Amino acid sequence: MKRFAALFSAIDSTTRTNEKVLAMADYFRDADPHDAAWAVHVLSGERPKRLVPARRLAAWAIEEAGIPEWLFEEGYHAVGDLAETISLVLPPARRESDMPLHHWIEDRLLALAGQSDDVQRQAVGEAWQELSGVERFLWNKLITGGFRVGVSRLLVIRALSKMSGIDDATLTHRLTGHWHPDAAAFSALVAADTADADVSRPYPFFLAYALEHELESLGNAGEWQVEWKWDGIRAQLLHRRGQRFLWSRGEESVADRFPELADAAALLPPGTALDGEILPWVDERPLPFAELQRRIGRTKLTPKILREVPVVLLAYDILELDARDLRADPLSERRRALESVLRFSGDVPLRISPIIPAADWGAVRSAHGRARDMLAEGLMLKRRDSAYGVGRRKGAWWKWKVAPHTVDAVMIYAQAGHGRRASLHTDYTFAVWQDGQLVPFAKAYSGLTDVEIRALDSWIRKNTTEKFGPVRSVKPEQVFELAFEGIQRSPRHKSGIAVRFPRILRWRTDKPAAEADSLETLHGLLEKFG
Amino acid sequence: MLLRPTDRGLFCEAGNFYVDPWQPVDRAVITHAHGDHARWGSRSYLGSREGERVMRTRLGEQAHIRCVDFGEVVTLDGVRVSLHPAGHILGSAQVRIEHQGEVCVVSGDYKTEPDDTCSAFEPVRCHTFVTESTFGLPIFRWDPQHEVMAEVRDWWAGNRDAGRSSILFAYALGKAQRVLSALRGADIGPIVTHGAVERLTRDYRDSGVAMPDTIYAGAEPRGRDWKGALIVAPPSAAGSPWLRRFGASSTAFASGWMRIRGARRRRSLDRGFVLSDHVDWPALLAAIDATGAECVWVTHGYREPVVRWLRDTGREARSVASQWEGEDDASELDATELSAEDAAAQP
Repeated sequence: MKRFAALFSAIDSTTRTNEKVLAMADYFRDADPHDAAWAVHVLSGERPKRLVPARRLAAWAIEEAGIPEWLFEEGYHAVGDLAETISLVLPPARRESDMPLHHWIEDRLLALAGQSDDVQRQAVGEAWQELSGVERFLWNKLITGGFRVGVSRLLVIRALSKMSGIDDATLTHRLTGHWHPDAAAFSALVAADTADADVSRPYPFFLAYALEHELESLGNAGEWQVEWKWDGIRAQLLHRRGQRFLWSRGEESVADRFPELADAAALLPPGTALDGEILPWVDERPLPFAELQRRIGRTKLTPKILREVPVVLLAYDILELDARDLRADPLSERRRALESVLRFSGDVPLRISPIIPAADWGAVRSAHGRARDMLAEGLMLKRRDSAYGVGRRKGAWWKWKVAPHTVDAVMIYAQAGHGRRASLHTDYTFAVWQDGQLVPFAKAYSGLTDVEIRALDSWIRKNTTEKFGPVRSVKPEQVFELAFEGIQRSPRHKSGIAVRFPRILRWRTDKPAAEADSLETLHGLLEKFG
Repeated sequence: MLLRPTDRGLFCEAGNFYVDPWQPVDRAVITHAHGDHARWGSRSYLGSREGERVMRTRLGEQAHIRCVDFGEVVTLDGVRVSLHPAGHILGSAQVRIEHQGEVCVVSGDYKTEPDDTCSAFEPVRCHTFVTESTFGLPIFRWDPQHEVMAEVRDWWAGNRDAGRSSILFAYALGKAQRVLSALRGADIGPIVTHGAVERLTRDYRDSGVAMPDTIYAGAEPRGRDWKGALIVAPPSAAGSPWLRRFGASSTAFASGWMRIRGARRRRSLDRGFVLSDHVDWPALLAAIDATGAECVWVTHGYREPVVRWLRDTGREARSVASQWEGEDDASELDATELSAEDAAAQP
């Protein structure tokens, strides 16, 4: 744990990417492979299964610290991170521990599984007595999950590549999907022989950047394949050696969430990998995204929900056919292969995302204008000769989203943020007018510059009318232009509506609160697009 | 009650004076020279002799300042007033006010941990104690100074080995000199200062506080190689073009706020050293206990939690608003802005 804590401190004490990569590469080179495996796992954002609810952990820390709960909460509001707050309020450690990282995770943390509350309490309390400072913070982070330390999976892969000499793509592929962190897995990860391929592994998803320039700058429209940008869950469906796998872009296995798709995979030739979008689909049209969310939210898939929210995979691409990796082939050839594979009749939930015929850029623009009617988020533009790359790359694929809906709304509540925004008010609630009253309808966290956040924070402190715990009511004076992607009826919200991806576009210091938009405006959008 | 809060600060009616008023008044008793305590423009000031030099730098050479030794009693309209060390920065004082058998002590800002650059905090018995609460939460606990300074030296050595300069942000008045003093005789250097720091460091030297040799950055030729140097600058210099001259560098901030990881990350600093001139939670409670006060007024910081804690543990306590609402690091931001004034005043 000490070596890992030193790595964490090294990563955490620089804002330079290169130094972070070097520190990780050094660690991976020297560390016990079993520890290195866990380090790869947690640094790339995976986390051990959560075995102790965060609130219970906090309750134990409160007992150990001998402070009342409300005082702990005050500390939490100042720190903005539960694991950190716990490590700061606990009394100093009594002993030291030289045990390695994998011991702490496997024998101390994972060993908590299935234990009684008392046993867990005892074990966690002992751990706290052996760990101090950064080590204690890391231990709490491992328990509570959400291990974000300013390193991405991408950087971990770069460090592994630096250490092993193996290229990023192979490492990415090896790290995708099921990867159990143990010494053998780490050795296999950095093994020089790259002929391995776990049958279950999806390919890294190829992602597009947002279109930056005029369409004309892309050259000849005929060189581009134009598709709808669907608003669902990007996924890969695999059929290999009699097994079926469905992976979401978060590299989560979602086969059990969408059994109809996993079943349909059996109809594909063995050795096939499709890339597409999972969409709620009725009468050859998508349902709003919120319907899909409703289905994902169910712990048990009842026949009712399966009937109400049927899904399809709208395939964009084929990455593997007859167990051959097609990703280096041009898109036009992959598209032909995709069309030859997906020749099913109506009731198989596997479709091809249609190509929008567009002979010139004018036609593309006009399609873009129709995207909302299709319940699409915009268009995808893909070079017909493009390979299927790894990660987000500029040039070959572009996404062109439709402009978001916007309204002017009044800030009525503010709350301090978390992490690097701790003790700055950065979480805001916005309201619109209805019969002379302000009705809250959205929360937004992002969109302001650091300078604006500070100015607004200072305004909030001076214009607080009431405090409930961390939340402040403020004078309803500040108007913001909010953007959002979708709008939905929602009985759970006071306003009766829910918006998707709300964010702040502009601080309308020029606009008095009385001139903000009304609920009526939102209902108008709901009628049109909901 | 001897004191009452007003919109200009704490007022003692019987003695007709204010303590640390934030607007000009006739008679001001000043706890220390920080900008949120010593405001410019009052007709007369009473302050500690130890802090005379830095008070003059802050309030102007023309200001009418009467300086007294610690413990010396001055009678103002029949009210006995004396100053007692607060251990916060050079000259920082607690104000003891006694009238008709009632004793009230205004702490100003204070710390109980030893500091070579100022007289050590002395507990003063009183009926009413006015305490700051900048770090009045149990999450704030300081390690001893020598441990923190060892971290600073390790950081500097690592930077030197990597061919970088080390830029340490510290409040220009107090923290900067405390850090400098703690680096005396250390195998470190050269130590380079920002104008704001240099000027106040000179004041410390003139007041008889031992400081290591420093080089004022502004007096050095352009294009000088700063590899291996330790640069001490006010936090307001962070992100400013002034830093460019130092080339490849690592940045750090010495402050109690660095106890919170997010506070450091938000400033995009490489390192945070937890070094504060205020009391931490255990020291705050111990200091309050040591006064034997029946009633505690809590100002400047985490007022509500401290008041609630004191009441829950059986003491009379009230929250006293200050113009400087320092519920979090806003107070130190104010201090940062104030020290920016100094940045303009090159020596």
